[in-house]
Amino acid sequence: MAQTLNIALPKGRLGEKVYKLFASAGFECPAVLEDSRRLIFENPEAGVRYFWVKPSDVAVYVERGAADIGVAGKDILLEYSPDVYELSDLKMGKCRMSVAGKAGFTDDLCYTLRVATKFRNIASRYYASLGREIDIIPLNGSIELAPILGLSDVIVDIVETGTTLRENDLRELEVIVPISARLIANKSSYGFYKNEIDAIRTGLEQLIQKGTNSND
Amino acid sequence: MNETWSLSQEEELIFSIRTLFRQYGYTQYKMSRFEDYDLYARNKDFLVSDNVITFTDTNGALKALKPDVTLSIIRSLKDSAQSIQKLCYHENVYRVSGTSHTFSEIMQMGLECIGDIDTYCLTEVLFLAASSLKHISGDYLLVISHMGILEELLSLMHIPRELEKEALSLLAGKSVHGFEELLSKCGVSGHEAESFLRLPLLEGTAEEVIPVLREMGCSESSLTLLSRIWNSFTPEMNRHIRFDFSVIHDMRYYNGFVFKGFIRGIPSGILSGGQYDKLLQRMGKSGGAIGFALYLDLLERFFPPRDQGNVDALLLYDKEQEPSVVASAVRSLSSLGLKVLAARERPANLQCKQVFCIRDGGVQVYGTDT
Repeated sequence: MAQTLNIALPKGRLGEKVYKLFASAGFECPAVLEDSRRLIFENPEAGVRYFWVKPSDVAVYVERGAADIGVAGKDILLEYSPDVYELSDLKMGKCRMSVAGKAGFTDDLCYTLRVATKFRNIASRYYASLGREIDIIPLNGSIELAPILGLSDVIVDIVETGTTLRENDLRELEVIVPISARLIANKSSYGFYKNEIDAIRTGLEQLIQKGTNSND
Repeated sequence: MNETWSLSQEEELIFSIRTLFRQYGYTQYKMSRFEDYDLYARNKDFLVSDNVITFTDTNGALKALKPDVTLSIIRSLKDSAQSIQKLCYHENVYRVSGTSHTFSEIMQMGLECIGDIDTYCLTEVLFLAASSLKHISGDYLLVISHMGILEELLSLMHIPRELEKEALSLLAGKSVHGFEELLSKCGVSGHEAESFLRLPLLEGTAEEVIPVLREMGCSESSLTLLSRIWNSFTPEMNRHIRFDFSVIHDMRYYNGFVFKGFIRGIPSGILSGGQYDKLLQRMGKSGGAIGFALYLDLLERFFPPRDQGNVDALLLYDKEQEPSVVASAVRSLSSLGLKVLAARERPANLQCKQVFCIRDGGVQVYGTDT
C-alpha cells in the first residue's frame, strides 16, 4: 500500500496557490481550503496529509521528519540551511533578496557598513564574499524603517514589486539572489518513500513546465 | 529472570553491535574525555560542527571536550602503512546538535580501519555499516557514494575549482534546477548537459547506476570498483543498499567511498562514514583509512519506552523500624526475582503488582494492586 505523505504548506496566499498546484497535479484534499479551525487535512486516496505551518517553520517540520515534504521559500533555505533535499523550483512566490537604501546612498568604504536585516546569515555571507566589513543590526519586521531613521545605512530584505521601497524613498541597490518557492523533502523520507515523493515532484514539474510553455 | 530486569532494547543493541565489531577483529579503543584543542583547531573542517567546548587545564593548556573520535584515534596510532589496525569505540562526544543548535552530549559507536587498507577492507567496513543498521531495524537503507567518482565527474563537466563547492552542495541537495543553472554558467549545454543533469537524482542498484555513469564518461576502473563493492554484499542486503551521489563529504579529507545510513521512522541519518585517506595524510600518517559512526542519541525515541517507575512489589515500612529488618525484607523479596521499592508511603503514580508491609518482624502481604 502506498505511503500517505505528510506535507507542510506555508500559511498565507502563497500556500493557497501552492495547494492549488498540488491539487491540479492530482493530490487534492478539498477540505484544506475550507474555513475551519482544523490543522490537519487528509485524503488517503490521494496519499496526502496536509497541514498549514508558519512559512519560516516549514523547513523545520521537514528537516525533523514531522513532514515528509513541504514548500519553503528559497530565502528560508538560504538563511537556515536546513539539511533537506531541494527537489524543485516551483517558480511561485517570485521575488528577490536585495540590498536597499535611501535614494542617493553611496557606500563609503571608510566606515563599517551598518546593515539592518532579518536575514543575518544571507547578509553576512554576501558581504563576506565582497570582503566588506559590516555591522549587522538584527530586526524582525518593518526593516525599511531602519535606513529612514538612521538606524542603518542599508537593509537586506525581500523585494517583490519594489513599491514599499519607492513609497519610502528607498532604492534597490543590489540584487543578491532571486527567491521563489521550493519543494523540499526530508532525506530519510525520500529514501523510503521515493516513489511517492517523485510522483508528486514530477506531477508538479509537469504543470510548471506547461505553465511556463503557455507563457512563452 | 523477571523481564523488568532485562536489558533495555538500546542496551541490547549496543551489546550486539559491539559483539559484531569484535567478531570481525575490531578491538575496543578507549579514549579520554579531553583532548588538546589544537587538534581540532587544525582540522576544523573535518568536524561536524566547528563549535567546540574548551577550557584551560590546571597547567595552562587549552583543552577541549571531545567533539570527535576519529581525529583522536588517528593521532594516537603509530604510523603503520604496512599493517592494518582495526579499532571500534563507544564514546560520548560533545558538539552542537544540528537540530537544536545547542551543545549536546552525543553517544556514538563506530569503527575505523586504518593502515594498508585494500578493497576487501572497504567491503568489510561497508558490510559492517549495513549490518549495524540491520541490528537496529530490518527496515534500513545504506546509501553509498564515492568522492573520487564525483571529482572525476566534476572534471568531465569542466566545473572550475571555485565552483566545485557549489556543485557538490547542489548535488547534496538533489537540486536539479540549481545544477542546471550551474552547468549553464560553466558553458555545458545541449546533449552533454542533459546527460550530466541525471546526476543529482541518480540513485539505485549497480545495474541502474553504472550504465548512466558510463554514459557520462566515468572511467571503467571506477565502474568496476562500484560493481565489485555491490557484488560483495549478500542479495538480501542489496535490497537495502543504493548508490546515491547526493552523499557528499568534504573532498579535502575524503577520497573514496562515503556513505550514510537511515532507519525508517528516524528523520535523519543515523550512520555516517567514509574513506578518508586525505585526512590521514594531512595528519602526517601514511596509508589509508575508512570508518563510520552511529549516532545513538537518535535512537532515544525509536524504541518503545520502558516501564519506568513500575515495580513488582512495594514494601511499606515505618520510620521507627530497624533498618536491618527492612533490608532483610527487601533482600528476601528481591531473591524471588521481584523489582522492589521500599518506601514509608506509596509514591504518587506508582504502579505495582503487590504491596507488602513489615509486621511482627516479618513481611506480610498488604494488598494486590496494578
